[in-house]
Amino acid sequence: MSVLVYTENWDGKFKKLSFELVSYATRVAEMLNTSCIALSIGNVDDAELKKLGSYGAQKILSVNSDNLKVFDTQNYTEAIAQVAKNNDAKVVVISNNNVGKAVAPRLSVKLKAALAAGVNGLPLSTNPFTVRKRAFSGGAIAHVVLKTDVKIVTLPQNSVDVTETPVNAEVEKISISLPEPKTVVKDVQKQAGKLLLTDAEIVVSGGRGMKSPDNWGPLVELAELLGGATACSRPVSDEGWRPSEEHTGQTGKIIAPNLYIAVGISGATQHIAGVSGSKYIVAINNDKSAPIFEVAQYGIVGDAQKVLPKLVEAVREIKGK
Amino acid sequence: MKILVCISNVPDTTTKVKFTEGDSKLDTNGIQWVINPWDELSLTRALELKDDGNTGVKSVSVAHVGLSSSEPTIRKALAIGADDAIRVNADSSDAYFVAAQLAEVVRKEQFDLILCGIESSDYNGSSVGGMLAEFLGIPSISAVSNLKIENGQVVITREVDGGKEVVTTPTPLVAVVQKGIAKEPRIAAMRGIMTARTKPIKLYEPVPVEIMTEYVKYELPKPRAACKFVDAENPKQLIELLQTETKLI
Repeated sequence: MSVLVYTENWDGKFKKLSFELVSYATRVAEMLNTSCIALSIGNVDDAELKKLGSYGAQKILSVNSDNLKVFDTQNYTEAIAQVAKNNDAKVVVISNNNVGKAVAPRLSVKLKAALAAGVNGLPLSTNPFTVRKRAFSGGAIAHVVLKTDVKIVTLPQNSVDVTETPVNAEVEKISISLPEPKTVVKDVQKQAGKLLLTDAEIVVSGGRGMKSPDNWGPLVELAELLGGATACSRPVSDEGWRPSEEHTGQTGKIIAPNLYIAVGISGATQHIAGVSGSKYIVAINNDKSAPIFEVAQYGIVGDAQKVLPKLVEAVREIKGK
Repeated sequence: MKILVCISNVPDTTTKVKFTEGDSKLDTNGIQWVINPWDELSLTRALELKDDGNTGVKSVSVAHVGLSSSEPTIRKALAIGADDAIRVNADSSDAYFVAAQLAEVVRKEQFDLILCGIESSDYNGSSVGGMLAEFLGIPSISAVSNLKIENGQVVITREVDGGKEVVTTPTPLVAVVQKGIAKEPRIAAMRGIMTARTKPIKLYEPVPVEIMTEYVKYELPKPRAACKFVDAENPKQLIELLQTETKLI
């Protein structure tokens, strides 16, 4: 018996998300009196793989195959399923990101395992296996019983703490035979080195109250000074003021940074659905009755154009820049 | 090419949900039901591809797993422009059950391209599309933000961390779509609403499938602490508060 966690890598490196997943899987394994096994797919060196042991993974399996170079949902599902079966995994933990959303449902069918997507914290109980999960786009939290022998849970980014539980983990290279992937990649457009919105711990986001795409300078500067990323509301992305990757909200990205600063965003239900997982929300809006203030812990009623430069100045001062 | 768009019937996205029966059931009183937003965008894109004329798309069908009470939502999809519809007569919040029913529909009706929304706005499962593909043993591409048909081949843009990838797979395939697939959902015109009444809705009875998940209880999110206001003339105070109270900057 085991708890298996799939830890994706980014150009051979893990990141905080990977350690959140291992920390979480280790806690679940403790609840089930078993151990946590991590699975890595792709080219990751031993020193990097060993890092997963710091968060409680007792065994680290590494698979590297030409047929896993392209992200093909069928081959990835097959690889994870084989490892789950060979290690008698009772719970499989995956990130609720693009990769997890693509693979977890396929895996659910392949393993005949109930799936809870976007769980909120540790299971409430292991028998019956009950988890809390996001429902109604943040409008409620559901308690879901997973009734099968094997269970799959996907974990939202930034939803659990990283906890160090150093163990002397063994790294094992395993090989899996897979067919040639059916997915063929024709073109890749990637921006290297940019902080991903989903990884950012601080996000500064602009809405229609920013008035014009030309007014984004101080907002971007504030995000940079705080070491954060920029985001925007749906109207802003629909108007083409900002790239669509920045759109946060129900139909855009769902993010959970530690600090979300909403500038000139009124806070429609659909927008809140995408940011309600943030630890702290700060709102700057000239309308005191804007619904964003109902979910914000800190607020300024005022004109974004006047407030933003002053905020930039204040941050410069404390950061000594 | 035959396209199937899988649609879910969900509460209007502005609904403030409430629960009954000891917080175990959704209180449906006063809820407006709509096509799940991503499914509506999928349908819009499917119809754009059909209207194009050079794509070889012959028909766009919609399929839904739900009771007769969800027929207004199916009619709406027909009014927007779907050629026909299939309803599997069952009600379930279990994605595995729903996907198994849709798989049966696809096996019988044979589609080349199946579109599913990335999630339904009610249970946020992000599950049905991938499950459907696995039941059928066919490729699936997720996080799809653009979909074209070029020389009979489906060319898909999917979102990956930090950018985009353009990919192809053989058909039949399931595309799990998200934002970007269509700009605005297509709105039903009067003529569409009239013709929708006469378009066929084929009824399937469900196949027996094990239920894997059970929603036993709901809680409402905890209200957040009241907002502390800072004077607009003195935004520096905000930064100080963030420093001392949240310790995040």
